[in-house]
Formats: sequence, C-alpha cells, structure tokens
Amino acid sequence: MSKVGGLLDRKNEWSLYNKIRRNKACYFMIAPYFILFFFFTVLPVLTSIVLSFTQFNVLEPPIFTGWTNYTRLFLDDDIFKIAIKNTLVFAVITGPISYFMCLLFAWIINEFRPKVRAFLTLVFYAPSISGNAYLIWNLILRGDRYGLLNGWLLDLNFINAPIVWMRTEKYVMLFLIIVQLWLSLGTGFLTFIAGLQTIDKSLYEAAAVDGIKNRWQELWYVTLPSMRPQLLFGAVMQITQSFAIADVSINLAGNPSTNYAGATIVTHLLDTGSIRYEMGYASAIAVILFLLMVGTNKLAQKVLRKVGT
Amino acid sequence: MKKRLRLKRIRNRSLNRSMAGNAVLFFFMAICGVFMATPLVLIISNAFKPLDELFRYPPMLFPRNPNFDNFSDLFILMDNSWVPLSRYIINTIIIVGGGTVGHVVIASMAAYPLAKRDFPGKKLLFNIVVLSIMFTYQVTQIPNYLIISKLGINNTYLALILPSFAFGLGLYLMKQFMEQIHDSIIESALLDGAGEFRIYWSIIMPNVKPAWLTLAVLQFQQMWGTTGSTFLRDEQLKPLQYALQQIVNGGPARQGAAAVVTLIIAAIPITFFIICQSSIIETMTTSGMKD
Repeated sequence: MSKVGGLLDRKNEWSLYNKIRRNKACYFMIAPYFILFFFFTVLPVLTSIVLSFTQFNVLEPPIFTGWTNYTRLFLDDDIFKIAIKNTLVFAVITGPISYFMCLLFAWIINEFRPKVRAFLTLVFYAPSISGNAYLIWNLILRGDRYGLLNGWLLDLNFINAPIVWMRTEKYVMLFLIIVQLWLSLGTGFLTFIAGLQTIDKSLYEAAAVDGIKNRWQELWYVTLPSMRPQLLFGAVMQITQSFAIADVSINLAGNPSTNYAGATIVTHLLDTGSIRYEMGYASAIAVILFLLMVGTNKLAQKVLRKVGT
Repeated sequence: MKKRLRLKRIRNRSLNRSMAGNAVLFFFMAICGVFMATPLVLIISNAFKPLDELFRYPPMLFPRNPNFDNFSDLFILMDNSWVPLSRYIINTIIIVGGGTVGHVVIASMAAYPLAKRDFPGKKLLFNIVVLSIMFTYQVTQIPNYLIISKLGINNTYLALILPSFAFGLGLYLMKQFMEQIHDSIIESALLDGAGEFRIYWSIIMPNVKPAWLTLAVLQFQQMWGTTGSTFLRDEQLKPLQYALQQIVNGGPARQGAAAVVTLIIAAIPITFFIICQSSIIETMTTSGMKD
C-alpha cells in the first residue's frame, strides 16, 4: 500500500508481520480497551475457571480437587437439577417471547411521529430504568388479603381464602415468568429502537417503488434484514438475561425459595457462593451456565441469519 | 401529479400505512403503556404521600393530601450527614461521568477497527468479548477484587471507573452498528488523507450517533446504580447512591424520606434518558449521508 515499496508489499502480502505492521494504527486504537479488558474481565474469568477445579472457601487458599465439583453437580446435587429445569423453562418461554416483544414494541413505536416516539420509548422502558420497580409486584402478590390480586379474587368470589402466591410451589414459576416478561423491554429494546433510526430511508423508497405493499412486507424484506447486526446483539443480550434470571426470583420468592420452586442456576450459584462460601463449587456452576449460554447463542445466531430470506 | 403525491408520502413515511392499522396500533400501545407505566406513577405519587397514606393497603395510585413533607425530611437527614451532600454529588459526577464518557469513547474506538478494518487477530479478540458477556459476573467478583488490590487502586475512584471502561457490552453494541456503515465513506476519507483516528472521530462516530447515545444511557444507568461499597472504604469517596441507600435502610421511621429517595434514584437516569432519547430520534431526521 505504501507508495515506494508497492512491489515489495505485494510480495509479502501474506506475511503476518507485514500485515500487523501495516495495521499499526488499528492496534493502537484497540489497545486501551483490550488492556483494561484483559485485567478486569479476561483475568477474573480465567481465575474463576481455574477455581472451579478447586475447593475454595474464600478465607483459606484453594485446594485442587480435579473434576470433583463437576461430578458432585451432576450426580449428587438435586437442587441443581431443579435449577437447570427452571432456567431452561425461563430460557424457552421468556427468552423468545421477550425478544419478540422487544422487536414488536420497538417497531410499533417507530411507526409513530418522533415526539410521540420519544414519549412511548420512555413509558415502555420505564420498568427497566427505575431500578427495583419490580418490587411493586410484592404489593400485587402479597400473601394476605391485602394483596391486590388476593383482594380482587376475593371480591369476585373466585377464592374464599387468600393464597400465599409466592410461597405456593405451583404458582411461583408462573408469576416469575409474568414479572420477567414485564421487565423484558431492556437493553435489547433500546438497541432495536436505535437500530431502526439508522436504517437508510432510501431503502424504503426503493422498496415502495419495487412493489412492497404493506407494513408487514416492509418489515420482513427491508427493516429486519437492515438491522441484522442489532438482531444478533439483541439475541446475545436476551440469552444472558434469561439464563441469568436471579434478582426477581430472590426478591419475590426468596432464596432459597419454598422447596426450591423458584431456584435458577444463578440463585443456586449465589446460594453456594455467597451464603455457603463454596466459591469453587459456585465457579463450576458458572462454567456450566456459560457453556449453556454459548450453545444457545450458536443456535440463535444460526436462526437469525435466515431472517428476510 | 400522482407521482409527486407519492413521493411526498414517502418523505413523511406514510406510505404502505392504513388508517385502520394505525388505530389498532394506537389502542394496543395505550393499553400496554398503562400497564408498563403504573409502577413509575406509584413511585412519583409515593414521594408526595403523607406517612399514613404510605402505609395504607391497598396502596392508592394518587395521594389524597399531597405535600412536600417527605422532601424536607430528606433534606434535614442529608444535612445532618457526616460528609456534606455536595461531596457525595461531586463523587457521583466523577464516577458516573468518568465511567460513562470513558467507556463510550474507549469501547467505540476499539469497535471501529474490529468492525471496519482487517487485521490479524480481530476475529479472535471480538469473539472473546462476546463470550465474556455470557460469563456470570457474580463469580468473578472475588478475582476482580484481588486484581484491583494488586494494581493498588483499591479505595480510589479508579477502582470503579477503570473496570467500567472494559465492559463487553459497549464494544459489542458499537461494533454491530458500525458494521452497517458503507465502506465507501471510509475509503473516500482514506483517499482524502485522513488517518484512522480521524476517520473514527469525525466520520464513524457522527454516523452511529443513535448507537453511542444508547450505550451512554445503558452505561449511565449501570454506573449510577453502583454504591461502590466493595472498593471504596473512605466515606468521602462514596457516591450519592450509597448515601441514599443508607436512608432507605433506615427503617419504618424514614419511609417518607425513603419514598423521595426512590424517586430521586429513578429520576436521575430518566432525565438523562430523556435528553439522549430525544437526540437519538433527532438524528433520524438529519442523517442523509448513509451512502
């Protein structure tokens, strides 16, 4: 590429050293981020993976135990089985529904005039931005007759005694799923809103000329393919969120919850890690969760590549 | 004539839209909107409720005798705090401002070469970042603490700010948006003799304004939410969020002040969100240079 040594460059085009040297500016630009990323993300993650092969109670130095944590997880830990089952239920139900809700609402909001659009975005993003707003559900789901849900059902004579919703095994998952869906318009939603703003408007004009007739066709053939990068990003966010559900379960159902009805992989991880101080074991749980997410993500990316074809 | 009308409708984005469809969408959004916004309304009205109404079950959506007692209670409480309120505010500005601006700049600076340049190792680096997002942060906290102690930045602002620069989310988000920019803009800038940094700052960043504003909102929320109590031992270094949480933990006698605290905790990121959101939507009407 340089003016003088064009021939020489072409000859060595495939040599790694030359490639690196030619892109010196790129390496300078990524350096600040990746140096910090190495110290504050890569190193801690690698340490955790190593710790997953040890017994580590935070106070004493870790003792290497090989695969013990993993065999214990899969062979001896009954709660982990419940946790995996519940997490998969969340992943299969709330994951895809949340994802489509994000997309649907972002798309509908984009149909309105800009002023209305900004207002609607605020209203729908509100549950995610106001921190612990989901604690409001404690009022609705209160176990005595003062709880809103119990109050309504009693008034309408559907039940004749209040139900302790979040302490009754068969209801716990149902309500956790509802609250989680209510919370789902978060990072992915905002990204989709921003993604819709960056779509080249001339594409819509061209599509209209090419005979796209209604908003559904426009969505499938123009909008979605144009925002594929955002769709892939949204999928990763959704997967990490649905697989890592914990706060809502802990605050509404307690940790540990009644008969572990609301246990997820992360509540189990927090139970062993921050309550029982078994950091080695907790790390092993994190590694399994990580592998589950990576696998699901591979699948999701494959599906999303088919959009708009 | 017909053609001109059609072009005008295209300009206004009203093409391929039916009235009936618009009406259905409007009603759907109104119903869902009420459902989503209720807790926010409750947070606002709680701040103005006198104590007896705060403890009433079922809670009322709107206060019967609204007043500002809770606000004055909070100010009296904050006035009596050992560290002056202004100090907490300055700490917050440094931590939240530094963390947000730094992350947006550093992450997008790294995202540009990953999205648009071809150099050895780029795929690997990017994949590592995406994978890192999927690792549960709860277990990395202890290694993280050890590393921050070893680096000697424990009990300084840097312990909160530096790690926040390196969150995976920002880089991934920015890279995804930058991918959509046409190569032709970059090529013509290169021909004009612009350096890589110049291209990043004056061509790429203006083009992905909705992306970095969104990232700023997300990062602001994240930084605003941290109390920093793991790393900051000195009271003089702690952010407002920490001071406010102490009031919430004060028990039933402080419920009134706590309701105002909840409002403040929600109001700050919402204000920031509104500012950013209106410029995200503004960019749509002005960005004509995509190709």
